[in-house]
Amino acid sequence: MTNPLAKTAAVDAAPLDQSLLYPSPYKEFWHAFSRNKGAVAGLLFMCLIVFCALFAPWVAPHNPSEQYRDFLLTPPVWLEGGQWQFLLGTDELGRDLLSRLIQGSRLSLLIGLSSVMISLIPGVLLGLLAGFFPRLLGPSIMRLMDVMLALPSLLLAVAIVAILGPGLINTVIAIAIVSLPAYVRLTRAAVMGELNRDYVTAARLAGARLPRLMFVTVLPNCMAPLIVQATLSFSSAILDAAALGFLGLGVQPPTPEWGTMLASARDYIERAWWVVSLPGLTILLSVLAINLMGDGLRDALDPKLKNAA
Amino acid sequence: MFSFIARRLGLLIPSFFGITLLTFALIRLIPGDPVEVMMGERRVDPEMHAQAMERLGLNKPLAQQYLDYVGKLAQGDLGESLRTRESVWHEFLALFPATLELAMAALLFAGIVGLLAGVIAALKRGSLFDHGVMGISLAGYSMPIFWWGLILIMFFSVGLGWTPVSGRIDLLYDIEPTTGFMLIDTLLSDEEGAFKDALMHLILPAIVLGTIPLAVIARMTRSSMLEVLREDYIRTARAKGLSPARVVFVHGLRNALIPVLTVVGLQVGTLLGGAVLTETIFSWPGIGKWLIEAIGARDYPVVQNGILLIACLVILVNFVVDILYGLANPRIRHQR
Amino acid sequence: MSLLHIKNLSVRFGDASAVPVVDGLDLSVEKGEVLAIVGESGSGKSVTMMALMGLIDAPGRITADALTFNGSDMLTLSGRQRRKVVGKDMAMVFQDPMTALNPSYTVGFQIEEVLRQHLGLRGKAARQRALELLKKVEIPAPESRLDAYPHQLSGGMSQRVAIAMAIAGEPKLLIADEPTTALDVTIQAQIMELLLNLQKEQDMALILITHDLAVVAETARRVCVMYAGQAVEVGQVPELFEVPAHPYSEALLAAIPEHSEGAERLATLPGIVPGRYDRPHGCLLSPRCPYVQDHCRQQRPSLDPKAHSLARCFYPLNQEVA
Repeated sequence: MTNPLAKTAAVDAAPLDQSLLYPSPYKEFWHAFSRNKGAVAGLLFMCLIVFCALFAPWVAPHNPSEQYRDFLLTPPVWLEGGQWQFLLGTDELGRDLLSRLIQGSRLSLLIGLSSVMISLIPGVLLGLLAGFFPRLLGPSIMRLMDVMLALPSLLLAVAIVAILGPGLINTVIAIAIVSLPAYVRLTRAAVMGELNRDYVTAARLAGARLPRLMFVTVLPNCMAPLIVQATLSFSSAILDAAALGFLGLGVQPPTPEWGTMLASARDYIERAWWVVSLPGLTILLSVLAINLMGDGLRDALDPKLKNAA
Repeated sequence: MFSFIARRLGLLIPSFFGITLLTFALIRLIPGDPVEVMMGERRVDPEMHAQAMERLGLNKPLAQQYLDYVGKLAQGDLGESLRTRESVWHEFLALFPATLELAMAALLFAGIVGLLAGVIAALKRGSLFDHGVMGISLAGYSMPIFWWGLILIMFFSVGLGWTPVSGRIDLLYDIEPTTGFMLIDTLLSDEEGAFKDALMHLILPAIVLGTIPLAVIARMTRSSMLEVLREDYIRTARAKGLSPARVVFVHGLRNALIPVLTVVGLQVGTLLGGAVLTETIFSWPGIGKWLIEAIGARDYPVVQNGILLIACLVILVNFVVDILYGLANPRIRHQR
Repeated sequence: MSLLHIKNLSVRFGDASAVPVVDGLDLSVEKGEVLAIVGESGSGKSVTMMALMGLIDAPGRITADALTFNGSDMLTLSGRQRRKVVGKDMAMVFQDPMTALNPSYTVGFQIEEVLRQHLGLRGKAARQRALELLKKVEIPAPESRLDAYPHQLSGGMSQRVAIAMAIAGEPKLLIADEPTTALDVTIQAQIMELLLNLQKEQDMALILITHDLAVVAETARRVCVMYAGQAVEVGQVPELFEVPAHPYSEALLAAIPEHSEGAERLATLPGIVPGRYDRPHGCLLSPRCPYVQDHCRQQRPSLDPKAHSLARCFYPLNQEVA
C-alpha cells in the first residue's frame, strides 16, 4: 500500500528519505490507535474473549451443562473450600462457572455480531436513501427513526421480545431493531455532508448513476463514524442481551448466557457471592473493553468526533 | 420565546402519531391468533372467537382499526388491564409517582456528583483526580446496572445491613398516598421514622439508576468545561478581577451546561429503560416493574398503552429539555 | 514614581530552563501617558500584558526584579488583593470583541458585574451607571442595548461594550491589546478615536499594543519595540520614527508601505523570529540583521541609553546628534 506520490518522490530524490514516504493507511491507523493505551488493553481483552469463544469446547475445563451434584456452590479456588478442578467455583446446580462463562462468551459475541450485522445493513441503506432523497422519502424515514428513538432502547427491546416471545433469535432481532435508528441518522448526516462536496458533483457530471453514486462515490467516505458506531452498538448489544436475559425475556436457561446466569444466581446472593459477581464482572469487562476500543477507533479514524460524546 | 415554544410544540404532533402507529403495529405483530393469545388458550369456541374479534374490533379493516384506536386514545380511553380490570390510565397514574421519585432522585444524585466531578476534573486536568474520574466514568458507562444493583445489595444490605433490600417503605408503616411521592407522604404522615425509612429504601435504587447518567454527565461536563475554559470570555471575566469561583461557575459552567443539558435530555430515555431493571431488582412498585409483569402475564392492553404512555413521556421530557436549552442558550432562542 | 514600573520581567512556560517568551523586559508607564508597544506576532507583547494582569496560568511562570503598579508590588500581592486592582485600576480590552463577551449574559449584566465587584453598586444604581457607561462609549440607543445579548451586537458595538466594561472601574491604566485588529477598517478609526478620547477625558494611562505604526505615530507619546520577547528599543515618538537606533526598528519602519514609495517591492526583513530551538547565542536579531558583526553573534547587548532612545544594540544607527 505505498502511495504513488511517494514512489515518484523516491525516484526524484536520490538518497531515499524514509520520513518523506507516506505511511500506508493501515500503518497510520495503527500508529494513532496504539497511542491510546486503554484501546490497546481493550483490544487485548477482546482477543482473549474471541479466543475463548472460538475454542470454547477445548478451552473450557468442563462441559458447561454437566452437573456435579457433590459440588453444589463450591467457592472459587482461592477461597476456603475451593477445589482446583473448579477454578471459579460452581453454581447452584454444581456446574463449573468458568466453563459456563466461556460458553457464554460464544452467545454474547454471537448476539452482538449478528445484531450489528442485521441492523447495520438496512440502517445504512435507509440512511443513504434518506440522504439522497431529501424531499419526501428522507423526512418520513427520519420521522420514523425519531419515533423509535423516543422509546428507551431497552424498553423497545423488551416490547419486541414481549410480542415475539423470548429466545435467542428474538433477542437478536429486538436488539437489531433497537440499534437501527443510530445507523440511519449517522449515515444520513454523513451523506448530507458529503453530497455538497465537489467530488460528488464531479461524479454526477461524469454520468455516475444513482447506485454508483451511493455505494461507490459517497458511502466509503462515510465509513469512519459508522465503524465507530458499530463498535459502540456491539457493546450495547451485549449489555441489552444480558439485560433481557436477566429479565427472563432473553436466552432461556439452562443456556449459559451471562445475563440469564445472573438471574438464576439472584437467589444465592447471601450465600455464594461468586455466582452473582463473576457473570456480571465478565459483562462489565467485555463491555468496557469494547468501549475502550471504540474510543480508540474514534480518535484514530475520526479526530473530529473526539469531543462529540 | 413564545414562538420558539410554539415551533417546538408543532414538531411534537407527528411524533405522537408515529408512536400510536408503532404501538398499534406492535400488537398486530403478535404471532398466531390474537384472540387465542390474549385468552391464553387454544381452540377457542368459534362463536366466542367471533364475539371476541367483534369486541376487540379485529374483524374490521386495518385502517379502520387504527382510526378506532386513535379515536379511543383521543377520548382518553386507554383500555383496561386484562388481569385487574382496572383502567390502564389509572394504574399508570397510581404507579408513575414511584418511578418519577426514583428517577428524580437518580438524576439529582447523578447531576450533583457528575457536575462537581466533571468541573473539578476539568480544572485539575491531567491530575490523579482527573484520571480517576475519567476511569470511573468509563466503567460506569459500561456498567450492567442489574448486576451493579445486585452487588450493592450484596454489600450494603446483606453484608452491612445498612439499607433494606426491596420496596419503597417498611410494611410497618401505613402511609396514605397523598402525593404518591413516598418522601413527601411520609413527611405529611405523623408516623415516626417513616421518612428515614423511605429515604433508606430510596438510596440504593437511586444510586443504581443514576450510575450511567452520572458517568455521562461527568464526562460531558469535563470535556465541555475544558472547551469553555479556553474561551476568550473567560479571560475577560478574569481580567475583570472576579473571584475564581465566580469565573468558573457563573461564566464557565453556565456555558458548559448547554451541551450537558442536551445529553441529560437524551439520558431520560435510558433512565426509563434503566428503571425497568432497577425496579425489578429492588421490587420498586413503579411502571417499569408493572410493564415487565404485564409482559409476563400477557396483559396486552397494559403492554401496548403502557409503552405508549412511556414513549409520550420521553417525548415530553425531551420537549422540556429543548425549552430549557433555549433558556440556557440565548443564541438558540433568537434563531429566525 | 511611575504609575507602572517593570524591571527584568520574564515569562516562561515550563521550568526555569525553558526559553522565555518574555525575556528581561524593563518598562515604565507614567500617569496619563500613552505608550505603544509594537512588534511582530509572537514577540511577547500580549504575554507581557497578561502577566501584568495576572492572567498567566501554570505552566507559565513569571519572574521579575520589580513589578509595581500604582504604588503596590504586584509580585507579592495575594490573589484576593490582586483582584481588587485588576479590573478596577488596571483594565484590559482584548483583540476579538466577538468572543470576548460571554454569550450567555446580557450586556447590562456583564457591565454591572464589574460595578458590583469593584464599586459595590447594586440594583438601580448599577443599572444607571451601566447606562452612563454605554453612553460614554457612544453606543446608540443605550437603553435597549443593556438587555441585548452579545450575539445581537456587531463587532464594533461589542468592542464598545468591552471598553465600557474596562473603564467601569475608572482605571488608572487601560491596556488595549490590538483593539481594532479584528474589526472592519471603517470601524477601526472610530474605536481608536474613542479610546483616545476616553484616555484624555479620564486622564488614564493607555498601553496600546498594535501592529499599526501609523496609529502609533499619531497617538502615542512613547513607543516600545519588542522582538522575540525583548524590548529592543524604547523611545519618544517622533524621534524613534525619524532616527531609529535599532536595526529592527528601522526594518519595521521600512516595511510601512508609505516609506517604500517608488520602490519596486516593499522592504522586508529576511528570516523569521527565532523559535524555541534556534534561539541565537548572541543578539537575538543577529541572524537577520543586515548590520551584524562578529561581536553580535557572541554576546547579547543590553538595553542602554543611546543618542535619542534606549536601544538593545552594540552598533546603533543614527547616532549623530542633530
